Amino acid sequence: MKKSVFINGIGAVTTQGIWRSEFFSEARVLDHAINAAEQPAYKGFISPGAIRRMSRGIKMSMYAAQQALGESFVTIPDAIITGTGLGCSEDSDKFLRSLWENDEQFLTPTSFIQSTHNTVAAQIALQLSCKGYNVTHVNGASSFESALLDTLMLLQTGEEEHVLLGGVDEIAEQTYSFLQAGGYIKTGSVRETVKTSVSPGVNYAEGAHFFSMSAGRVASSYAEIIDVKLQNELEGSQMRSFLQDFLTTKDLHPEDIDAVILGYNGDENDDLFYDALWQELPLATPLYYKHLSGQYDSCSAFGLMVAAFVLKQQTVPSILYWNEKIPPNTTWKNILIYNQYKGKDHSLVVVRAC
Amino acid sequence: MTDRGVAVTGMGIISAIGETVEENLWSLLAGKHGLSRIANFPTRLREQIWVGEQKKTNDELSASLGLSERNAFTRTALLGAYAARQALESANMQGAHDLRTGFISSTSVGGMDYTERYGPTYLTSPEWHRYIPSHPAGDSSHKIAEYLGIKGLVTTVSTACSSAANAIMMGARLIRSRRLDRVIVGGTDALSKFTINGFHTLMILADAPCQPFDMHRKGLNLGEGAAYLVLESEEIVQRQGKKVLAYLTGYGNANDAFHQTASSENGEGAFLAMQKALAVAQLTPQAIDYVNAHGTATPNNDLSEGRAMQRIFKSNVPPFSSTKPFTGHTLAAAGAIEAVYSILALQQDMVPPNLHFDTPMEELDMIPETAVRHRSLSHVLSNSFGFGGNCSSLIFSKA
Repeated sequence: MKKSVFINGIGAVTTQGIWRSEFFSEARVLDHAINAAEQPAYKGFISPGAIRRMSRGIKMSMYAAQQALGESFVTIPDAIITGTGLGCSEDSDKFLRSLWENDEQFLTPTSFIQSTHNTVAAQIALQLSCKGYNVTHVNGASSFESALLDTLMLLQTGEEEHVLLGGVDEIAEQTYSFLQAGGYIKTGSVRETVKTSVSPGVNYAEGAHFFSMSAGRVASSYAEIIDVKLQNELEGSQMRSFLQDFLTTKDLHPEDIDAVILGYNGDENDDLFYDALWQELPLATPLYYKHLSGQYDSCSAFGLMVAAFVLKQQTVPSILYWNEKIPPNTTWKNILIYNQYKGKDHSLVVVRAC
Repeated sequence: MTDRGVAVTGMGIISAIGETVEENLWSLLAGKHGLSRIANFPTRLREQIWVGEQKKTNDELSASLGLSERNAFTRTALLGAYAARQALESANMQGAHDLRTGFISSTSVGGMDYTERYGPTYLTSPEWHRYIPSHPAGDSSHKIAEYLGIKGLVTTVSTACSSAANAIMMGARLIRSRRLDRVIVGGTDALSKFTINGFHTLMILADAPCQPFDMHRKGLNLGEGAAYLVLESEEIVQRQGKKVLAYLTGYGNANDAFHQTASSENGEGAFLAMQKALAVAQLTPQAIDYVNAHGTATPNNDLSEGRAMQRIFKSNVPPFSSTKPFTGHTLAAAGAIEAVYSILALQQDMVPPNLHFDTPMEELDMIPETAVRHRSLSHVLSNSFGFGGNCSSLIFSKA
């Protein structure tokens, strides 16, 4: 018998600030090419030495992890599972630059040590003295969903009770300048939003989002995760079977989905896929979030925060509606999240009110 | 699901000691190591370090894979595709498109080898821009999956030097939870200036061939390579009447939670990982006939791992060896390369030697096997530990 899996706590450091009850009502639409996360004060939370040494990705994650655990009253989780597309790019960039500038001489180990993709999960384990299962998934746009899949397997089988699940990516100057040069990110002077976008590339950003996941419902529970599905590649024509196969295994029909959270990011080649999925769910209310989060590999974790918020509050903040016309729907039971990037790393997640 | 575990029905490998499973086996039996000076790219450290480098160049690997000249495969992807192709062939995977097939790869360096080569030109010339999207770790998995024609659940693990062990574990759990029927699992990592210099700054690279578990060990040698296993559910194996190479019966993952790069003195993470793997396999420590140790030959790892082994096995430490003197430490690929060696040990009833061992460590009461030893093996435990305290153990059992 599979156990049910619940989101019992959330923590985040994003372009919209930290996770809080006014998170969506105070949100503003991003229009810059590069959007840094609004950093909280780390003083008193992380030692001054560590604040200097640690990259933003690590600090944001430590903060978000603590918020999520605190909200769910979990002190030490049984496992820590993270997803990140680019890992610790700030330290990676730093080490690479000094390698180039000094021709393999006078290098120091700190940035190399902190450059591995698993640094965030490791630093949290160290901070919490958590000796349990610890894995980092690194697969582009489905990095976070891979971590979610791992989490579901641990909790559904009853192997573990509490899992700290996170998705994090940080912006680092060299990495994004390369992505800009390649046309993946909008150029510096462009001021466009997801809706007004006409130039190629995306509004790039960063963020850390953590979820305290458990095999039991508690007072702080936001929602239940029904399941996740990953698919590396997909043709537009396969969208129907991709969705139907997944819903069928969950005993769901398209009309059971009350809202669909789509990853529209303003890049027209990406957005075609979201249009195609939406067509398969004519009764579902389309929501979007990348106008608030920006695009980065683990940004779909922001989408899960949207689903969790809507299901718990039973209300949709108006800024999340993709259509101006607000539907008459008043109860929200099943929400589907769909994400992909450049036609790769497709993921579907069904989240249910609990 | 029976208690026999998950079946391994295919494997493929490329390392410094061979481009096929057979060549790797031959080198292990002959005690022929693959360490040399680095030749595939220039580095200031060339004369200071020994590496387990695979001598096929990128052009040779591309040609062998039949890729177009303007491909954007990094060396990590090339090595991975080369090994994964063999794994599929050995599992006789043609047809059977009705099976839910996945691919779980792992890497630590990803496309860094090309970023470090062409990055300085990216902002001034578009010539090498096709390698910009090849940088992220997940890109190598995409390239390999596309090359193999796998569409479905494709993802990537990165937990430093224990990456491949965790990819193998993830695959086994996907089969056990009935989410997949079949999955190709493993890891790939290419040598790069980035990692060579990184380990150099940590002062853990030996200036001579490494000596795991030796009192006078001076550090590790880096290596490169890739290896993949094909895992299938017992149900599919029976339905297809497939030959099983071995069973993956146990796996465990724990975190040392001690230090970002150093292992704890009593090897807590390693101890917990081995303990969990034994519990999953439902085996007592006495049932393990051979341990393929992580054994990097750094002063810290071998002491910590040795202590953890003594805590698990008490005074009955089974025959053990580190095969890193053959291949160098292949980082994210190590867990997969050593999984192949563990399966070869079971198939051949053979314990591969721990080369260059001379003086026992005074802190430990255990001595590795120094020559090939033929004895009947039923269960082999393989350890992989990484930066960030990531410790993983796998148990393979005779088919």
